[in-house]
Amino acid sequence: MENTVLHVADVHKSFAGLHALSDIDLSVREGETHAIIGPNGAGKSTLLNVCIGRLKPDSGHVVFDGENLTGKQPHEINQLGVVRVFQTPEIFPELSLLENVMIPILAKRDGSFKLRWFRRFSSEKTARIEAEHLLSDLGMETLIRTDAGSLSRGDKRRLELAMGLAQKPRLLLLDEPTAGMARHDTNATIELLKRIKAGGMTKVIIEHDMHVVFSLADRISVLAGGRIICQGTPEEVKNDPRVKEAYLGEEQV
Amino acid sequence: MNKFSAISDWVLLFAFAAAVYSMPIWLEPLGADYPDLMQRFAIFGLFAIGYNILFGLTGYLSFGHAAFLGIGSYTAVWSFKLLTMNVVPAIMFSMLVTALFAVVIGFISLRRSGIYFSILTLAFAQMSYKLAYSVLTPITNGETGLQLTLSDARVLDAAAGIEVTRSLPVTNFFGIKMSGMPGFYFCATVLVIGFFISLRIFRSPFGAMLRGIKSNQTRMAYTGLNTKPYLLWAFIISGMYAGVAGGLMAVTDPLAGAERMQWTASGEVVLMTILGGVGTLLGPFIGAAVIKYFENILSAYNTTSLTQVFDFVPEALQPIVVDVVSLFVGSGWHLTLGLMFMITVIFLPGGIMEGVRRIGSIFSRKKPTAAITSTPSASENASGA
Repeated sequence: MENTVLHVADVHKSFAGLHALSDIDLSVREGETHAIIGPNGAGKSTLLNVCIGRLKPDSGHVVFDGENLTGKQPHEINQLGVVRVFQTPEIFPELSLLENVMIPILAKRDGSFKLRWFRRFSSEKTARIEAEHLLSDLGMETLIRTDAGSLSRGDKRRLELAMGLAQKPRLLLLDEPTAGMARHDTNATIELLKRIKAGGMTKVIIEHDMHVVFSLADRISVLAGGRIICQGTPEEVKNDPRVKEAYLGEEQV
Repeated sequence: MNKFSAISDWVLLFAFAAAVYSMPIWLEPLGADYPDLMQRFAIFGLFAIGYNILFGLTGYLSFGHAAFLGIGSYTAVWSFKLLTMNVVPAIMFSMLVTALFAVVIGFISLRRSGIYFSILTLAFAQMSYKLAYSVLTPITNGETGLQLTLSDARVLDAAAGIEVTRSLPVTNFFGIKMSGMPGFYFCATVLVIGFFISLRIFRSPFGAMLRGIKSNQTRMAYTGLNTKPYLLWAFIISGMYAGVAGGLMAVTDPLAGAERMQWTASGEVVLMTILGGVGTLLGPFIGAAVIKYFENILSAYNTTSLTQVFDFVPEALQPIVVDVVSLFVGSGWHLTLGLMFMITVIFLPGGIMEGVRRIGSIFSRKKPTAAITSTPSASENASGA
């Protein structure tokens, strides 16, 4: 086996008696793009929330690169290099795009707290150049000084992706990165994610869009009813009868 | 924020300093050029500027900042009593002691956000107020208020050979008496320094982080930032501003009473900040000056002076007019304040500074963000709703 970066071991989570996750065992290898798919309500987002510390598992633990993430604060998990891109855009609506991207860059560089009250934000040259590059990479160079709140939904999602990438994460967790995007935006995002993949960043991606999944994923885990029912390469998953059963009447795999 | 260059910030600072120091000149036509009132402009301006670092940048609405004002005053008076009548150590101690209190109150209050944070700070302030009146009488001298006496130790002054014999000593800045105009210039200088620090914080990465917390605190945590120390520092810094403002009150009038800590005083700084413009650099100072100016003018009126003012009104109507107007002046001037506040919040949610911006955009038509804002939305902004 190659290096395992993220290991979800024996995780259980239930909400008021409803088993959202049971017996989850998942290993993500260094550099791979691991897709988690499954019908609605399968527990995909819950799993991601457990990984980033938004939810505490009832039992089991999540280990990232030898560090147990269970019980850690969200900012501590982020500082370890685990970055999540949310499904509903979580941005800073009142701040400009540039500031939106510079804040994560500074958070990565300066750590979780640094009292820099005398320095000028705008004279953080390296951070600004980096942010400008990222934004123009995503085709938003003309919007740099706009307030993020005035962006279209698709642009907000792209901005959030930029905020995630700005931190050069060791593990990027993407929650439906293309949901709500127009077809050509989806394709642009796939291209972008492929480029990042070439750079060797490990990614876990939750996605409904099978086009996106099969163009990006190295391995796929299929969640249904809070359990992983199948794990393997896209080819294996495509031909697995259990997967077809889980998706029956839902979506053609 | 990036559209502000370093140069334009220096211009702003110098313009501010010039406006503050020249107050005795340009306030003359308004009848507000006497030292006592101008000192209050400077002191409450400083208080509001500091308060805005917490409320304006992080969005955390503290209802207890008057506690720090009171603590600053008591500390300064104690410094006058025990050490020296020089104001520099008094201000320094005001700042430090308030900072200590702010650490404790902030640490506890910031465990909650939103309305619960406001209630906690209010509770702390009311507690301080009640304590100052009752249990802490040995330190605060209760209802009478803490005053200078002839028998005070004044260790440093005594060591320097300054003897007090007949009358109470006066606060001084290395020999310059801090009453009247010199007192104003001292307060003005502290205000300008306070404005400079606030300007630096607004433009700094620290300020950007505070703004991020206001905008989306959850996101900050998932961006790897620990929001607690950021908030605590903002709380301490704004507390220190309040402490210095309280110290300055004691400098201009060496007397400290518990009523300075009452919740109405905490509410007043909220009004000042909102009236001037929350989160703007100049707004809080303008709000403070406007409120203190109207307080001064309006509370001076009484029935006799109103009768004189409404001399032109037909005699039959005069008593009615005077009766109605007298509700809004004198001790009823808070009614006017309330109306002023309501009108501002309804028509200019961004406070006086928003009004200034709107007028500015009508005249300049340069549209600072023109490159990206489409024309219809720009004209919408200018005409206002």
